[in-house]
Amino acid sequence: MTFTERASEQLSQLDVLESHAIFVLREVAAEFERPVLLFSGGKDSAVILRLAEKAFRPGNIPFPVMHVDTGHNFAEVIEFRDSRAAELGVELVVASVQESIDTGRAPDLGPDASRNRLQTVTLLDAITAHGFDACIGGARRDEEKARAKERVLSFRDAFGQWDPRRQRPELWQLYNGRVRPGENVRAFPISDWTELDVWHYVQREHIELPPIYFAHRREVVERDGMLLATSRWVRPGEGETAFTETVRFRTVGDATCTGAVRSPAATLDEIIAEVAAARVTERGATRADDRFSESAMEDRKREGYF
Amino acid sequence: MDLLRFATAGSVDDGKSTLIGRLLHDSKQIFEDQLAAVAASSRKRGHEGVDLALLTDGLRAEREQGITIDVAYRYFATPNRKFIIADTPGHAQYTRNMVTGASTADLAVVLVDAAHGLREQSRRHAYVASLLGIRHIVLAVNKMDLVDWSESVFDDIVAAFLEFSASLDLQVTPIPMSALRGDNVVDPSVEMPWYKGPALLSYLEDVRLDDVAPAAKPGRFPIQWVVKPRPGSSESRGYAGSIASGVFAPGDDVVILPSGLRTTIASIATFDGELDAASAPRAIRMTFVDELDIGRGDLVAPVDDAPEVTNSFDATVCWMDGAPLRSGARYLLKHTTRTTPVLVRELVHRTDVDTLVAEPAETLDINEIGLVRLQSATELALDPYREHRTTGSFILIDEATNATVGAGLVRERATLGA
Ligand SMILES: Nc1nc2c(ncn2[C@@H]2O[C@H](COP(=O)(O)OP(=O)(O)OP(=O)(O)O)[C@@H](O)[C@H]2O)c(=O)[nH]1
Ligand SMILES: [Mg+2]
Repeated sequence: MTFTERASEQLSQLDVLESHAIFVLREVAAEFERPVLLFSGGKDSAVILRLAEKAFRPGNIPFPVMHVDTGHNFAEVIEFRDSRAAELGVELVVASVQESIDTGRAPDLGPDASRNRLQTVTLLDAITAHGFDACIGGARRDEEKARAKERVLSFRDAFGQWDPRRQRPELWQLYNGRVRPGENVRAFPISDWTELDVWHYVQREHIELPPIYFAHRREVVERDGMLLATSRWVRPGEGETAFTETVRFRTVGDATCTGAVRSPAATLDEIIAEVAAARVTERGATRADDRFSESAMEDRKREGYF
Repeated sequence: MDLLRFATAGSVDDGKSTLIGRLLHDSKQIFEDQLAAVAASSRKRGHEGVDLALLTDGLRAEREQGITIDVAYRYFATPNRKFIIADTPGHAQYTRNMVTGASTADLAVVLVDAAHGLREQSRRHAYVASLLGIRHIVLAVNKMDLVDWSESVFDDIVAAFLEFSASLDLQVTPIPMSALRGDNVVDPSVEMPWYKGPALLSYLEDVRLDDVAPAAKPGRFPIQWVVKPRPGSSESRGYAGSIASGVFAPGDDVVILPSGLRTTIASIATFDGELDAASAPRAIRMTFVDELDIGRGDLVAPVDDAPEVTNSFDATVCWMDGAPLRSGARYLLKHTTRTTPVLVRELVHRTDVDTLVAEPAETLDINEIGLVRLQSATELALDPYREHRTTGSFILIDEATNATVGAGLVRERATLGA
């Protein structure tokens, strides 16, 4: 039998996305001295962790996992982070925003303020301290309009900055992984996945997620049109009252600026149906930090954000 | 449901981003918060109505200047098909970003502004698309509202384009439209009863690309990463990578290039278990019956259908850097998973993108395309680009700046070893 006559397997679109993501992970592992996987505890990073297993087993996953910890966490997410890292046998680096504040590297905005933007300082300091030259992240192009513009391998200068006017051309799947000391790239293996693709993959692969992604009863306050979970940092302010709602989270980030959505979706099937019918983007529904200005994400990314 | 990846192309201001915005808007693919944000920012910029180009022009500088600078990727699905759109810039200065967007596309929508006629950048983009192996072109004659929906204006532009593209082996589907008003984008136009063909979306949903799928071509497997089993594990050393083309199975007799070592595939596996056979573009791990000294950068191919191995070859190069390419210069070349120094032995000619005529040249300047004779430090297993995208393409990297400066497409077999 010759090669061309042989029947080929039928790969689904999810298989194709998976294979491409694995390809990117292996390229990063092969071309960089010291890559790191950024793990937020959210669904996208849970998917990336699974993809890393698929890329490198039965060998070791050849990079540590880093969490940039704002200190404003959902307890479920931290539990999930620790148990996944232990299961996989990877080194977990926790870079703490609180520490950046305590050492005067980042301004103290008060205990309740969103620390989303401060993460950049902590992230860049950790990159320097550990000598990381590639940071693998779970960002997707369908999330936000500045992300829609970003390369799979996105070059950052020695100051960690992204210059959207001067991105390297990126042809086919030939990723240019060359950087000078002090520079780094951000690598986005699931760039071409949509929110729906992620959920289909979570379902197909039985990927464990923090329980806050599924509908549950929770005390919330309504602020700027968003439902924020009450916590040590989020308390009802003037004219606000806390109430209990059936909600779930579409994204997971800093607890002070990640909103919940009203949702009865408690199973993966229900979530997939909900996401397929959604009329609002996941960040639009849940992220206060993107509402400040038209180019909030671009501005954060230019400074060195994920 | 299958996937179609397409890119926009054309001169600056022909209406590419407006068209993509219109396509998303009229097919109800825009989220409420996105539309509200775009409406607010249109108002802020003094537009009457909603400027749909802002749906893809997401960078601040793009919004301020009203042009596209870099590719935006958008994802959408209809009940028939899933689409990945690359909305590319028309500005000549950003041609490298257009090339980026087109390199992964199956089809290109080339826009022409009906009021301006066919311009250089639309020709250049059509030529680049054809070089990149895109066979299907939609010739979107846009802004028909500015020419009174005139059939003869449309016919003249189509004729000019077909004359230009005659030698390019393209299947051209011309559609008259108005991205601004939504004519023939999703909804058929009532203004142009003389046009009997489909609107853009229904064409995109129905078009069958007759391209041969990579899985149906001879096998090519570039080794990316050596998997060393953890101590104590019974697993043998595996070679990981993504199959670039063809189908591989245990028992296949293969050759490892460029060394020419022969062996037999012992197993093919993924994380989820062993496979009887695996096709492109599957990411796999392969083991062989022999212990061999092989690693990243090597290519596995069937013994009876392997690519040519050479260190001297001709390639069409798209130049993307401010510092021109000259003969005698050295670069790094990345081909599949192998990176090697390369010397430009000769710039054979440059192609005038207006006339497609080859002319002698001393340099390739930014955005120019030419035929280059190269010599690589290590041997490469090369296929002609027309036959194999992955093993027929490479990038050139400037060793001093690390910038990606050129995109290369390996020429026909006869010229490979020239
Ligand atoms: N009258 C008319 N104007 C249009 C039409 N389509 C787009 N325009 C206008 O043409 C201008 C340029 O549109 P864009 O969509 O930004 O053009 P582009 O091709 O994306 O430009 P670059 O990406 O910078 O190359 C804008 O002012 C649009 O409103 C159309 O069908 N008719
Ligand atoms: Mg545009």
